[in-house]
Formats: sequence, structure tokens, C-alpha cells
Amino acid sequence: MAEKIIKLWIDDVEVEVEEGTTVLEAAKKAGKDIPTLCYLKGINEVGACRICLVEIENTGKLAVSCITPAADGMKVKTNTERVRKTRKLNLELLLSNHKVDCPTCVRDENCELRELAEKMGIRDIRFEGQKGIFVVDDTTPSIYRDPEKCILCRRCVSVCHEVQSVKAIVPEGRGFHTVVEPAFYNSLSDSPCVLCGQCSLVCPTGAITEKEYIEDVWEAIYDPDKHVIVQTAPAVRVALSEAFGLEPGTIFTGQMVAALRRLGFDRVFDTNFTADLTIMEEGTELIHRIKNNETLPLFTSCSPGWIKFLEHYYPEFIYNLSTCKSPQQMFGAIAKSYYAEKNNIPVENLVVVSIMPCTAKKFEATRSEMNGDVDYALTTRELARMIKQAGIDVLNLPEEEHDKLLGVSSGAAAIFGATGGVMEAALRTAYEILTGEELKELDFKQVRGFKGIKEAEVRIGDLNLKVAVAHGLGNAREILERIKAGAEYHFVEFMACPGGCIGGGGQPLPATEDVLEKRMAAIYEIDKGKKIRKSHENPYIKKIYEEYLEEPGSHRAHELLHTHYVARGV
Amino acid sequence: MSALEERELQDYYEVEWDDINSELKAVLVEKKGKEESEIDRIHEEFARIIAENRGKPEALIEVLHQVQELIGFIPKAVQKEIAKGLGVSPGEVASVISFYAHFSEKPKGKYKIALCKGTACYVKGSAEIIKKIEEKYGIKSGESTDDGMFSLEVVRCLGACGLAPVMTVNGKAHGLLNPEKAINILEKYRKGEIKEG
Repeated sequence: MAEKIIKLWIDDVEVEVEEGTTVLEAAKKAGKDIPTLCYLKGINEVGACRICLVEIENTGKLAVSCITPAADGMKVKTNTERVRKTRKLNLELLLSNHKVDCPTCVRDENCELRELAEKMGIRDIRFEGQKGIFVVDDTTPSIYRDPEKCILCRRCVSVCHEVQSVKAIVPEGRGFHTVVEPAFYNSLSDSPCVLCGQCSLVCPTGAITEKEYIEDVWEAIYDPDKHVIVQTAPAVRVALSEAFGLEPGTIFTGQMVAALRRLGFDRVFDTNFTADLTIMEEGTELIHRIKNNETLPLFTSCSPGWIKFLEHYYPEFIYNLSTCKSPQQMFGAIAKSYYAEKNNIPVENLVVVSIMPCTAKKFEATRSEMNGDVDYALTTRELARMIKQAGIDVLNLPEEEHDKLLGVSSGAAAIFGATGGVMEAALRTAYEILTGEELKELDFKQVRGFKGIKEAEVRIGDLNLKVAVAHGLGNAREILERIKAGAEYHFVEFMACPGGCIGGGGQPLPATEDVLEKRMAAIYEIDKGKKIRKSHENPYIKKIYEEYLEEPGSHRAHELLHTHYVARGV
Repeated sequence: MSALEERELQDYYEVEWDDINSELKAVLVEKKGKEESEIDRIHEEFARIIAENRGKPEALIEVLHQVQELIGFIPKAVQKEIAKGLGVSPGEVASVISFYAHFSEKPKGKYKIALCKGTACYVKGSAEIIKKIEEKYGIKSGESTDDGMFSLEVVRCLGACGLAPVMTVNGKAHGLLNPEKAINILEKYRKGEIKEG
């Protein structure tokens, strides 16, 4: 159905838009960039911050452009004296009770509030609001919250409620005493927050960030007695370069590895190696469950935010979760057994660091089921900070390769970083193992892309495998409800973050839709460029089974690579 | 699934009546001297309110009004049950309660003091009265005395500026106050010398 077209004037520029378009969007079309702060297209359109004010000449009134629909014949002024003065006043009021510690704030480089103050020429804050009311919440291993820096824009609340359906944080109280936090003024650790960190991706200030472990890692690196190894998750290499000003979608693997060596890590390994290992174990588990009529559908278990979500909100599905540890934790377990034994390194001297696109991985590493196999999980953002701290000219480094043994991986592992990737990787291997035939067409396009829920049926021999893929926890909830209502699948991939790990809560900012698209394209480019594109063909995977693990699902594999879950309350 | 595991899952979904009961008993029976049967009546009414509004997030504020009226306050455990019943998160319930001064998570006193700090009362010295009440009874705005006698709300304008500074006690207005006069009035309430209006 064709939308009605209306005509309006933005600062005397005529512009035609579809009915229902906001004044803000219409202004964009007319070449006018109206400043915004709380606005997050499609997610947070609430008009909370009053920065995007414009004057509507027809009525003589100021209007909040992000939530005011454009009307036919409307005459909008975006830069009158009244508009400028009111916007500045509103920003000053926001700043009046903001904890201003810019030089030591983790967001100093990319704080939207600071950038806006500069853009609007604020040189003086005339008001002093009430400060010092709230305390920092660092009760979880993943997220650091400082409500004194919060400007109550509601972006985090919208993402948590509308996108993730977790609803862990809400505004409580009124006036200066309003604070965004878990219900009943609880801390995050005492709430059903899943630690996905999507809030930290949208926070315009330093009010929500990851909990940093950079200093701990430096300490380990500087300790001559410690053998410090690092693993890099699939989605880090396609996003890290953004923190250094390169175009989104740049494949940065070589420079990343070179930088990690120069930071002082003793070995630079790859989580992709254990992603291949995950496919071996999880694929075997899937085949076993199908053949033995055990609990189906099988749910993937790579995404710790997803796992915590299920543990809080859908514990009745705990036995559907694959018992496989995530690639991060498989790496830790293999490093502290196979690698340590092979190289005669006492486990107490071995420090395993991981670079993850994820805040929930920090929590995962501390789960008691994981035995402390991974000592520190850093986000992509933290790695970028470490590289800057060390003064490494990462853009001009020669490209280097991951160390062998735990650093060689297939294209199937590479695509773990995007939604649908684990599914596709598993299908490539399951097909060949079940049929004994070579898979001709490796690309399973049905499970790729940004559609929230993807379903497919794949013919494997005489088995019609029904699979589904969900990314973003709102979509995960949708699939779980469908299953409760009777939908049948064999295998479902779940990722907590929209887009999968490329959109992880630990990735560089901003993580807009088009940035995510470019990161995803890069992921599939890496896969395409790999000679080995199936996990079971990775020679080092074959080697580790021959030398150490015997076969997928073996007793030792279970001891090291599998885990269990717990029901948590809401 | 083992029997133990099944039981654990069941527990997970159990209504936490025990928590609610102990809290209600502590406040209503032990402090306010009501009959134990009052708790049964609350149970019944609460169950009815939830049944009528099951799966209706839009009924949240109306339900809160009813529950506030029913119990006199809305304890956390009750908030969680409301959330479960209406299909919203506990946070959404807590958020609304914390925003509106009318709703209260903690039990209010037998005598609810609303002291005005609107412009007229403020100019006439209401801040001094608030300070005196805070000192005398050891409560701040939003709190209740340990004996359950008084709770204090500092409010903006009661619409009786001609009587400034003014307070209401359970809805009855007392005007032209000073700190001593306010305390005298409150003590008369305590002794039962003023009947509720």
C-alpha cells in the first residue's frame, strides 16, 4: 500500500516525505543534522532528553523532533535563537548533575554527551544539581555501572526490554533520585541480568561499561614466572580495526595477532581452533541425541548471555542445552591440560587470557563449573585500549599468523562470529559424518543474514533435519515460546546479541545496523578464503583427538569439554 | 529428568506466599494489632484481584491502587506476584511504585503525616517543622516510625496556602503551624486525644 506523501519545509528547504515520518527524519532528508542524545532509531524514540528541539512556525511552539510526526504544510526552523538557547539550557541541565570526570572516564574518547557539549558550544554550566547520591555497581564480573554518569536517556532500558526482553533494569524513583537499575534498587549480581552488555553498546556516556581487567593482564604479562597465552574470538578480528579509525568490515586478523605478540603474550592462539572442536563435540552430541531419542531440540551453548537467559527465564529447557562448553572455555580447558602437559608448563604458572566480543564471557569464565580455566576475558574494546596504552602503531604492523597447535582453524570456525554460523558449521560436519559423502555446496544461505528467526529443513541422507536460528534474546524467547506451543526442531542455534557475536556487547562503538552488516560480510569473506572450511578437516583437530582426546564424546572429552547448568530465579 | 531435578523446577515456580505471610503478620498483626483472619481476607482479595487482571499489563496501575488499598503497602514479595500475574517484569512494577508517592513499598504509620513544602509553606518556615519532626521521631520523608505510629511524606502544596505552613494527618488539615505546635498536635494523635477526621 502506498503511503501518503506530505510536503513540509525545513529551514525553507522543501522536502517530501511519507506520512508518519518524524520531523527529525524529514530534516535529515533536507540535509539538516539535528543533534540528538537519547534517540536510538527504532529502539528508543521517547523524547526524553529534549535536545532535538525545533520550532514549528505554524504553531509558534517548540517540538521534540524525534517523536513529532511531520505534517503537511509544516514549517520547521532548526536553528533559531530560541531553539539554540533552549537546547543549550536542556543540555546544561543534563550536565548539572552528571559526574564530570572526563580525563579518567573510559568513554572520554567517544562520549556522546561530551561531543554534544562541544558541538553546542557549552563553555559553562550555570547550574549545580544534586550529585553523590548513587554508588557504583561492580558486583558482577562483566558490567561496571556508575549511575552518577547516567543522564536517564532510557536507551539501555529500551534495549534490555524491547530487543532482549530481559527487562533487568528499570528507572526507579523520581527527580534527582531517579536511577536506572535492577528492580528494588538491587545490584546487577542480585538480578536476572544476563550480562549481554547490549546496554553498554548504547549508553551515550560512561554510565554502563564493561568491567575492565586490563591491569590484571598487564601484571600477568610483566610477571617473569608466568606463561601468558591469549585466544582471540572469531568476531574480534572483523571489528577491532574500528577502534583505530578504519572502515567497519576490515579484516584485521594479521595486525591483531602481531599486536598481541608485541603486547607480550607468550603465545597467540585462536578461539577458532576450539570452535572447530566445539563442532566435533556438539555435532556428535546432536547425532547421538537423534539416534537415541534423547531430549530434542538440542540448543547451542556457545553464548553465555543466552545460557544465563535460559537459566533465569526458561529453566525447564535446561536439558535441551548442549553440554558442550563454549569455545572460550574449551580453549581454557585444553590449554590447562593438553597444552600445559605437552610443553611442561606447571598449570599454576599458565595464565589464559581471552579476547572476546562479549561482556558475558567474563561471567562465564568465573562460573564454578569452569574451574577457572580462563583467567581473564577482555573485550574487543579493552584490547584496543591495551594496544593504545602500549603505543603500538597497529595500523602499520606486518600481518602475522596465530601460533600453531591451538591456533589453526577452518572457515567453519570463522563463521561462529555471525548469527547462523554455528548452525552452518555444524551442518557442514554433520552432513559428512552422517552420510559419509562429500558435501558439495558448503554455503547454507538459509541460516545466514539478519532475519530475527531463521528456519530451515536440511536433507541429510534419510534424515530431514529441522533447524532454527535466533539472535537477540527477544527472538530467542519467541522461538522458545513456539517450541512450548508445539513447534518441532532438531537443532536450534541461539545467540544473545543481535547479529551474533559481531554485535556483541564488548565490541567497538557504535554498533549500528550497517556496521554489523559490514562485520558480517567480513566474517563470510574469511570463510571463503580458507582452504579448509569444515571443522573435521582441521588437521590439528585430528591431531588433538589422536594424541589426547581419543574421539568426540570420549570420557576425557566429557571431563574437559562438557559442563552442566543451573536454574536461577527471576 | 530425575525426581530431585523435577522438584527443583517445581519450587522455582512456586508462589512465595510464605515470605508474604511473614511480612504481613509482622506488620498487621504484631504492630497494628489486627486479627490473624485479616491475613486470610487479604489472601482471598489479592487472589481475586490477580485473577481478574491475569495477563493484562495495562491494568498495572489499577491493580496497584487496589492492592495499596487492601494491604496499606505493597511489599516486594507482593510486587513479584503482581508482576507474575499481569505478565510484566518485577522491575516494571517496582518502577511504577517508586515513581508515584501514593504507592508505598513499606507500611505506612497509623497516622500518615503529609507536610507541605510548597512555596507558601516553605516561605513560612515548613523546613523547620520538617526538621523538628525528623529529629523527634527519627524518620525522614517516606519513612515510618518503628512503632508504626507515624509516617511522614513531604509533599508539594496541599492547596491550603492560606493556612501555611500546613500539614495533614490522615487527611485532616492542621494549619498555621510552627515546630512546637506541630509536635503538640502529633502527640495528641498518639494519645488518642484527637479523633481521626
